[in-house]
Amino acid sequence: MLPFIKKLGPISPHVHWVQVNFFDSAWSSFLTILVLYLLYLIVPASIEWGVLNATWLADSGEACRDIAGACWAVIPAKYRVMFFGIYPYEEHWRPTLAMGITGLAWVMTCTRTFWKPKLLAVVWIVAIPSSLLLMWGGVFGLTFVQTSKWGGLPLTFFVFTSLMFLGMPLAVLFALGRQSKMPVIKSVCVFIIEVVRTIPIPMILFFAAVVLPLFLAPGVDVDQLFRVTFGLVLFFACFQAEVLRGGLQAIPRGQYEAADSLGLSYRSKMFKIILPQVFRTTIPSMMNGVIGGFKDTTIVIVVGLFDLFTATQAALADPEWRRYFTEGFIFVALIYFLFTYAMSKYSQLLEKRFSFGKRD
Amino acid sequence: MSNQGPDVTADPIIILEKVNKWYEDFQALKDVSLSVKAGERVVVCGPSGSGKSTMIRCINRLEDYQEGKIIVDGIVLDDSLKNIATVRSEVGMVFQQFNLFPHLRVIDNLTIGPIDVRKMPRKEAEEIAMHYLTRVKIPEQALKYPSQLSGGQQQRVAIARSLCMSPKIMLFDEPTSALDPEMIKEVLDVMVQLAEDGMTMVVVTHEMAFARQVADKVVYMEDGMVIEEAPPVEFFTNPKSESTKRFLNQILTH
Repeated sequence: MLPFIKKLGPISPHVHWVQVNFFDSAWSSFLTILVLYLLYLIVPASIEWGVLNATWLADSGEACRDIAGACWAVIPAKYRVMFFGIYPYEEHWRPTLAMGITGLAWVMTCTRTFWKPKLLAVVWIVAIPSSLLLMWGGVFGLTFVQTSKWGGLPLTFFVFTSLMFLGMPLAVLFALGRQSKMPVIKSVCVFIIEVVRTIPIPMILFFAAVVLPLFLAPGVDVDQLFRVTFGLVLFFACFQAEVLRGGLQAIPRGQYEAADSLGLSYRSKMFKIILPQVFRTTIPSMMNGVIGGFKDTTIVIVVGLFDLFTATQAALADPEWRRYFTEGFIFVALIYFLFTYAMSKYSQLLEKRFSFGKRD
Repeated sequence: MSNQGPDVTADPIIILEKVNKWYEDFQALKDVSLSVKAGERVVVCGPSGSGKSTMIRCINRLEDYQEGKIIVDGIVLDDSLKNIATVRSEVGMVFQQFNLFPHLRVIDNLTIGPIDVRKMPRKEAEEIAMHYLTRVKIPEQALKYPSQLSGGQQQRVAIARSLCMSPKIMLFDEPTSALDPEMIKEVLDVMVQLAEDGMTMVVVTHEMAFARQVADKVVYMEDGMVIEEAPPVEFFTNPKSESTKRFLNQILTH
């Protein structure tokens, strides 16, 4: 504590708290003052621009012209293009419903009350086909919408859900395969992981979109969106596999030996003893990958698909509103923040839930 | 208590015949031969690095070996995965570091073997688990996680976990070496009780009082070889080899 503060004599607990936390040393006093100064620079100006001088509603971009503050009117004017990209305007209820179904399935999956494997299996077996059906159409009087027109948030949802459902199991297989005592399985897994990890994502997507069809049998035509999603899944799986491998190496040998000495099969040993512990210790780094995966969906632009971010970019290209792209991007950033913050909070919850009596 | 087992039959249930094992260049076991009869209690001792743990871990094939033969309950332990699985389900093992599954509650640690390997219904497995938890005197800990238990309690859970598989043989690999002194007795008490019930036991330990009280046979190992094998009275009062004498001097005088 600074000497001159000590000389002031007895102080109230509140002042003491401030001293200890903000002015404990010359360095911390300096940082506190610096941060206060930065806040002084940023906060009043932001409030002035974003709230006090802002326009909330306007019929056109013209109406915002003479205003010093933010023009939030861009959001009500453009949000549907941001959210749904070039999906046919009058059919927007379909992706909305599809996202509702998938979102509900995710909420159930993340809620402990519903952690019953059979129940969740049913939930997803209903959720995935019905969402895809809604998006696609072509039956039940729904007009057909090709996947190249899917875009915005539903596309982000689609890619993200695929990453979780295909990428995670694949990651587990790769990680276990890499540890395998069978040389062929081991080298195949090492090869895939090392190759995929060293290639930039755009190039993988390019391969998936352009090169992969050359290898498919003639007449077999896999949809562009699915090929690209597969590329992302592979990329995601290889990175998560390496995270899992780190976790696997941290499990003491005694755990394997105890499982062996009970006579457990390889499958029981891995899925009931080893992997649950691996998941527990790798939650933070796995969640890193998951959040990254959510944001990486943007990369599908390389094959001309518009996820939430690129759909927003496209929406703000409209000459009438293009001056207000800042407001649009702040809005989208907020949406990304909501999703990823929820994920990171959820991962903390999981860590606590799986602390197994340990205090940490 | 008498050192003679109550129902020692003539047929050996564990046979090691001239077992040799190498870790790359280092020979861990040299022509190790041992036979254990059903109901017999064998204590294995020796300085660290003598191969005693390696030997006992060969009996349920946690370690493989390059030469010789091991037969457990009539089953030859070779590379056959089926034989290994059968032997493992009949042989229980208790480790120095307990090796409980930290993500499972005590009761689930106990039931996973019977449910998964023996295909036992959960309810029945839980009844058996509670029976053995009562026998090791900690039924009230059933719903806790291992990390919430003391070392001694964890080791007793580990013993109960093995017993739930109704093994014919129990192996103990230095079961008290990782325990605080005040907890050693509670674990040894459980082991003595188990011996009195007629379990076939092979115990690697430095607890010589336990060996005196319980063992039918004490085996002394050094440098990967079995140096001496004798009933406890003879072993402690009249050891034959110089190295056994030296070892007993060191371990009994400190």
